[in-house]
Amino acid sequence: MILDSKIPAGPLAEKWTKHKFSSKLVNPANKRKYDVIVVGTGLAGASAAASLAELGYNVKAFCFQDSPRRAHSIAAQGGINAAKNYQNDGDSIYRLFYDTIKGGDYRAREGNVYRLAEVSVKIIDQCVAQGVPFAREYGGLLANRSFGGAQVSRTFYARGQTGQQLLLGAYSALSRQVANGKVKLFPRTEMMDVVVIDGHAKGIVTRNLITGAIETHAAHAVLLCTGGYGNVFFLSTNAMGSNVTAAWRAHKRGAFFANPCFTQIHPTCIPVSGDHQSKLTLMSESLRNDGRVWVPATQEIAEKLRKGQIKANDIKEEDRDYFLERKYPSFGNLVPRDVASRNAKYVCDEGRGVNETGEAVYLDFRDAINRDTRKIIEQKYGNLFEMYKQITGEDPYDMPMMIYPAVHYTMGGLWVDYNLMTTVPGLYALGEANFSEHGANRLGASALMQGLADGYFVVPYTVGDYLAQLAPKQVDDTHPEFAKVKEEVQSRINTLLNINGTKPVDYFHKRLGKIMWNECGMARTTEGLKGAKAEIQALKKEFWSNVKLMGTNEELNQTLEKANRVADFLELGELMVDDALNRNESCGGHFREEYQTPDGEALRDDENYAYVAAWKYLGEGQEEELVKEELVFENVKLTQRSYK
Amino acid sequence: MKLTLKIWRQKNTSDKGGFVTYVADHVSKDMSFLEMLDVLNDQLTERGEDPVHFDHDCREGICGMCSLYINGKPHGPLQTTTCQLHMRSFSDGETITIEPWRAKAFPVLKDLVVNRSAFDRIIQAGGYVSINTGGVPDANEIPISKTIADLAMDAAQCIGCGACVAACKNASAMLFTSAKISQLALLPQGQVERKSRAENMVAQMDEEGFGACTNTGACEAECPKGISITNIARMNREYFSAVVSSDNM
Repeated sequence: MILDSKIPAGPLAEKWTKHKFSSKLVNPANKRKYDVIVVGTGLAGASAAASLAELGYNVKAFCFQDSPRRAHSIAAQGGINAAKNYQNDGDSIYRLFYDTIKGGDYRAREGNVYRLAEVSVKIIDQCVAQGVPFAREYGGLLANRSFGGAQVSRTFYARGQTGQQLLLGAYSALSRQVANGKVKLFPRTEMMDVVVIDGHAKGIVTRNLITGAIETHAAHAVLLCTGGYGNVFFLSTNAMGSNVTAAWRAHKRGAFFANPCFTQIHPTCIPVSGDHQSKLTLMSESLRNDGRVWVPATQEIAEKLRKGQIKANDIKEEDRDYFLERKYPSFGNLVPRDVASRNAKYVCDEGRGVNETGEAVYLDFRDAINRDTRKIIEQKYGNLFEMYKQITGEDPYDMPMMIYPAVHYTMGGLWVDYNLMTTVPGLYALGEANFSEHGANRLGASALMQGLADGYFVVPYTVGDYLAQLAPKQVDDTHPEFAKVKEEVQSRINTLLNINGTKPVDYFHKRLGKIMWNECGMARTTEGLKGAKAEIQALKKEFWSNVKLMGTNEELNQTLEKANRVADFLELGELMVDDALNRNESCGGHFREEYQTPDGEALRDDENYAYVAAWKYLGEGQEEELVKEELVFENVKLTQRSYK
Repeated sequence: MKLTLKIWRQKNTSDKGGFVTYVADHVSKDMSFLEMLDVLNDQLTERGEDPVHFDHDCREGICGMCSLYINGKPHGPLQTTTCQLHMRSFSDGETITIEPWRAKAFPVLKDLVVNRSAFDRIIQAGGYVSINTGGVPDANEIPISKTIADLAMDAAQCIGCGACVAACKNASAMLFTSAKISQLALLPQGQVERKSRAENMVAQMDEEGFGACTNTGACEAECPKGISITNIARMNREYFSAVVSSDNM
C-alpha cells in the first residue's frame, strides 16, 4: 500500500494557494444540507466548529468536560508563534518554516509545515479581532518575545496564560454559533467509536457521562480534535482527562497511527514527590534564561543531601557540577528541551540526583539574584516562584528550585494527508491529535499555532472539498452499522463492569506509566523496549481479568470513564514500543542509546529512516503493519544539530 | 496525618443527599487536596464502596473544572483553586467538611459534581465579538493602550469555576458575567455590540436563577484568580447606560 500525502506539486510558496483554488466548493445554499461532527473543543476543535458553522454547515460539537472552555489547550503558558516580523528582526514565513522543519529534526513534511507558517500570520489577526488581550507595548502595538531559543522574536503572548486566552477566544466564537443555532453542543459526552460505512466515516457513537446513555450521531464528515496521548505515561503535564480513546478507536476502524513513539519531554517540571502523585506541573521554560542547572559533583554529596544531612546551600562552589554549562559551553542552560531533559536523566542515573527520590536536579537563581537583585527576579518570575512554593512548600528565593523532566506533548498521532484527512475518507484529525507538523520534536509556542491553523484556516477549505463530492442528502443513523457499533460499545462497557477483580484502575495505569517512562521515555534501548512489550502485554491481560470498577453504566461513573481510557492506553503503549523499536535511529524526542554521536547527541539515519511510520491495525492480538510514507525534501538541506 | 472527612454524598440530582464520614489515614502534607481524595477513592473501590465523584481536570489551576466547598469556603482556605491546595494547609487530626457548590442555578449531578452550563449560556447570550473567521484587519491596525489591554486581561483571566457564585449568599453570578462584559467593553473590538451585550448577558444571568448582588465582596475575596469587583461596578454602568439608549429593538 502506498500512502498518498496529496501534497500539491509546484513551488513551496504556491502550494497552498493552488490547492485552495483547485479544491471544490459547496454551493452556499447547499451548505445547510451537510452535517459535520467535531469531537473535542480545544483550540483545534472550537476553531473548526465555529468556522464551519459560520460557513453554514450544521455542526455537532462534543467534549467530555462540563464546558468546551475547559479543554487542555487552556493550560498552555508561553505563547503562540507567528511570522509577522513586527519586530523587524529578520523573521519571515520561510524562516518560521525552516526553524520548524529543523526543530522537528527533519521528520515532518515540507508542504504542511510551510502552510502552517503561512497561515500563522492570519491567526494573530483573527484572535485580536475576537478581543484576545495579547500583551502590548506602550505605543499600543503588539508585544513579542523570543521563545525556546529562537533567534527572532515571533512569539505573541497574554501574560503566562496564552493558551487560556486563545481558547476563550475560540470558545466565544463557538458560543456565538451555539446561540445562532448552527452548533449543537454536547458537553459531558465522550466519543466511544466511529461508524464507518462503505469505507467512509458516517458518524460516531457516544456515551452521555451523566446518564450513561449510549447514543449514535450521523454526519457527512467527522473531525477528531481530541488532543495528545501523553497520559499513557500516567504522569505527564496533561490534564487528568486527556486521553487517546477517540483517536485509538478510529485507528481500530482503519485510520493509520503515525510516529506514535515521538513524544516530547519537557525539562522544567516540578519533580515527583511520592506515589500519590497524580500529575506533573510544568514550570515555564523561560526560567532557564536566569537559572543555573546543577547537581552535586559526587555521589557521596548527593547521598548526604537526600538523607537530609546537608542542604543545597551548604554545598561549596567546587562541589557543584553545572553540567549543561560544562558540556555545552555556547548554549549552556538554554540547550533545546530534549538535550536538557536527557542530560538531567544522565546525572540522576549516575546517582547524583537530588530530592528524596534522587530524581531531580537544581535550578538555581542564587547568582541571578546576586547579579540583578531579588526585585528584578521577582518581576520576571514572581508568579512562577509563587506557584513552585505553593506546590512544594519551599521558597525558591532561599533554596534552589528542584526540577525534573516530564512528558509534555505527543508529536505522533493519527496519520493525515495534506487535507488533514485520515486514511478513512470523511474522517479528519486536527491539532495534537494528528501527527503532521512537528516531526520528531515540537518547537516552543508552536502547538497553539498548529491547533488554530488547522481549525480556522485549513479544515474549512479541505472539508468543503470532500463534502462537495457527496450528494447533499440528509444522513441518519438508521444504517445497521450504527446499531452494530453501538452494541459493541455497550458490550465492552458491560465486560469492564463485570470483571469485578481486586485492583482499581489507577493501579494498572500507574504500572503502565512506569514501564513507558522507564523504557520508552527519554532514552530507549532495544533490550529495554523488548522487555517493555512483554510487560505491557502481561499487564493488559491482568487488567482485563483483575480490574475492579464500581457502580453501573446508567449513572455518572468516573471509574468507568477512566477504565475505558486506560484500556486504550494499554494498547497504544504497545504500539509506541513497536514504533520505537522499528526506528533504528535517534531523532528529536526519540533517543535510542545505540544511535548517538561520539558526543552523545542524537544520530539520525536519513538514508533509511527519513519516513513517516504509519501503522495499520490488523485485528485483536495481531502485530500491526508498518506502512511508510517517504519524506521528500526539496527545499531544505538535512543537517546535524549541534549545541556545543 | 490522619484526618476525618465529612463528605456530601448524593446519588443524583433528585436524591436528597447527606454527609458521610470517612477517615483518611497516612495523608502526606505534600499531597494535593485532590490527590488525598484519589487515595480515598482507591481505598473505597478496594472495599467495594462507590468512590466520591468530584470534577477536576488540568490540576494546575487554569481549567476551572475543580470546585469543592471546603470547611465553608469555595476552594478551601487559600485563595487558589482546589487542585492547587495542598494538605500542608491542614493539621493532623482535623475534621474537614467537603460540600458541592450550593446554588439553584448549579444543580448537583452527583456527590460533589454540579452542572455549571448556566455559565455557558450566559456567554452564549453575548460574550463574544460577532466576527467570522477571515476578513479581519491586520492585528496591528487596532492599537490598544497598554493600560487598557492590561485591564482587559485582568478581567479576562476568569476561569469560570463558579467560586464567586458559591461564595455569595445570594448565589449571584455578577462577578463572572461582569468579567466578560468588562473585558469586551474596555477593548475597541467590543464597542460595536457594547450595549446589546450588556443587556443580553444580564438578562440571561437573571433567567438562569442567579441572585442579585448586595456588594458583600465575598466573590472577590474567594476568587482564585483575583477578579476584582470593580468589574461589577463597570458592568452596572454598562447595563444602565445600555438600557436608557437600548439597541435592542
